[in-house]
Amino acid sequence: MREHKMALLEIKNLHASVAGREILRGIDLTVGTGELHAIMGPNGSGKSTLAQVLAGRDLYEVTGGQVLYDGKDLLSMPPEQRAQEGIFMAFQYPVEIPGVSNMYFLKAALNTIRKSRGLEELDAMDFLTMVKEKLALVEMDPAFLNRPVNAGFSGGEKKRNEIFQMAVLEPRLAILDETDSGLDIDALKIVANGVNGLRTPDRAMIVVTHYQRLLNYIVPDYVHVLADGRIVKSGDKNLALELEQTGYAGVEEAVTA
Amino acid sequence: MSTTATSIEELANQEYKWGFVTEIEADTIPKGLSEDVIRMISAKKNEPEFMLEWRLKSYRQWLTMEEPKWSTVRYPAIDYQDIVYYSAPKTKIDQLQSLDEVDPELLRTYAKLGIPLREQELLAGVAVDAVFDSVSVATTYKGKLAEMGIIFCSFSEAVQEHPELVQKYLGSVVPHSDNFFAALNSAVFSDGSFVYIPPGVRCPMELSTYFRINAKDTGQFERTLIIADAGAYVSYLEGCTAPMRDKNQLHAAVVELVALDNAQIKYSTVQNWYPGDKEGKGGIYNFVTKRGKCLGVNSKVSWTQVETGSAITWKYPSVLLMGDNSVGEFYSVALANNYQQADTGTKMIHIGKNTRSTIVSKGISAGHGQNAYRGMVKILRGASGARNYSQCDSLLLGDQCGAHTFPYLEVKNTSSQVEHEASTSKIGEDQIFYCRQRGIAAEDAVSMIVHGFCKEVFRELPMEFAVEAQKLLGISLEGSVG
Repeated sequence: MREHKMALLEIKNLHASVAGREILRGIDLTVGTGELHAIMGPNGSGKSTLAQVLAGRDLYEVTGGQVLYDGKDLLSMPPEQRAQEGIFMAFQYPVEIPGVSNMYFLKAALNTIRKSRGLEELDAMDFLTMVKEKLALVEMDPAFLNRPVNAGFSGGEKKRNEIFQMAVLEPRLAILDETDSGLDIDALKIVANGVNGLRTPDRAMIVVTHYQRLLNYIVPDYVHVLADGRIVKSGDKNLALELEQTGYAGVEEAVTA
Repeated sequence: MSTTATSIEELANQEYKWGFVTEIEADTIPKGLSEDVIRMISAKKNEPEFMLEWRLKSYRQWLTMEEPKWSTVRYPAIDYQDIVYYSAPKTKIDQLQSLDEVDPELLRTYAKLGIPLREQELLAGVAVDAVFDSVSVATTYKGKLAEMGIIFCSFSEAVQEHPELVQKYLGSVVPHSDNFFAALNSAVFSDGSFVYIPPGVRCPMELSTYFRINAKDTGQFERTLIIADAGAYVSYLEGCTAPMRDKNQLHAAVVELVALDNAQIKYSTVQNWYPGDKEGKGGIYNFVTKRGKCLGVNSKVSWTQVETGSAITWKYPSVLLMGDNSVGEFYSVALANNYQQADTGTKMIHIGKNTRSTIVSKGISAGHGQNAYRGMVKILRGASGARNYSQCDSLLLGDQCGAHTFPYLEVKNTSSQVEHEASTSKIGEDQIFYCRQRGIAAEDAVSMIVHGFCKEVFRELPMEFAVEAQKLLGISLEGSVG
């Protein structure tokens, strides 16, 4: 394998359980700046758990291992601090917040993050100018800014909203948790275009997906296969194609063998 | 669970900031209630005979009545002989010519409450009547309003200066025999605000009363009467606080609104009486009767309330829709936290033709709080074409609290239209985590979600009040857009 560029994220022997049941059983993964890693695997393999643990969801208990983000101990940070440090997760199931407009929500988020970095808060006018540009990236209408966060959105709109938020918050590490699930092909293309537009040399991405389909549009630098809480195989984009042919059955056998 | 629990606890544990006591010499009568006490109150206020008669009639009525037991609120029996019915700061308020003569200690008290009577007069477009325990201590902007024929003064002054108006309208909306607490108020009420807007006048500023209970063991029984003559408009705000005391204190107020032809009255309340401590000790018992009468055609009465305080809240601001095409509105946010109990709602009584009413109620329960919405929509036989829309939403924070909804409908006219919607939701951990993942701290997330829930009501509040209301709910609106 190629030598990683500067490591942004280093996961070492990570173990995590939910309600006493161990889901992650020793994950090792290094993600460098500018890289895009795809995490694939069958249902129940721990893909989403990994994403949620990295984001700081306290439903999961970390029982062992270490995660360094930019050299800092990630696991000791509360979720909002992780976000302020530049970690963004696109949710598999974006949450509705009735009565709170998208605009208000995002402005609060952005300004909290800016403040934590010692930057000046954006005023309403500057914010509006900036977000309008970002909306175009996911082909959304500005009217959408005044609608309550995710309330009454279609599945596709919710996922596009996640990518739009990512565009506004400009994370250093983006984790996309099954962003392709529930999308028809047109919506998938819009979302993928949005993601590709946000790939930069100083931003890393982890894309969690069950299907290879998404990776036709978002081409990964690395592909990892997760099974039973461990990474059982790593490779480049061809690994995803291979899996498309063989299915996950082969990799699961490899684990039990 | 931990995330939600922490942030909700933080929100719940905000200190009551208005709990201080003002040291001031007071003229306080002994505890207890009797005809003699009522005569004493009336004499202290130098009232005309008709007022004393009305008080005594109310008192005799009250003696025959029983405390209502139909609501969800539970509290130990109130000993009506253990309450002080009159307490006033020892200033010769009757002779006050200007604010310069108000006791500086009182001015300081209001400044501390964020109601600087002086600056208010100079800067903001709000005229204030400040009621301290049993009396009105100051009314600002009176002179300027008088030039337009608007009467804005303490109730006591109205009895002296405008007895004909008082006699005509007092008890015309809430009769002395209306209910137990209204009868008690009618017997012993000591002060309050009086407003009269002459025909065709649009009151150029917000009128407001700020009620403060200070003295110990004192009940507050104020009475507000607002009359908007034909084509008049007025927006009125009411705010209230009290010191933190271990013993429960009784507040039994009556508000009457009268809107004549084409007149509009908008009445907004931010109620922040001391709610008691975290174990449910102390706090104000708030038993209030508020009612508006759309007497004239095309008239409108609109109630907006944000009820965050009091150990017990028992109030149902209502509208009697008598004039054809008249409109009644009720927008409410009620918060019950710790051991607070709220039983609140409205009655919309449709009498005239094509009358319309809107009810939007938002109940928030946290801690061990119990929150009930109780509302009645009554459409009488003659009210053809009447319409009502009701929406009652409940939000639960945590799993120790409760929300209850009791809508009553009585429709006697087939051409009318009534709609009712209700929902109950819980602030989910999912919602809080979602916000935190976007960088927003948990307590700010709770505030944001609560604010979103209350938005439809907040936007009915006048600007100054909307800000205060949001602060009260622990909400920062910093940089709000859209």
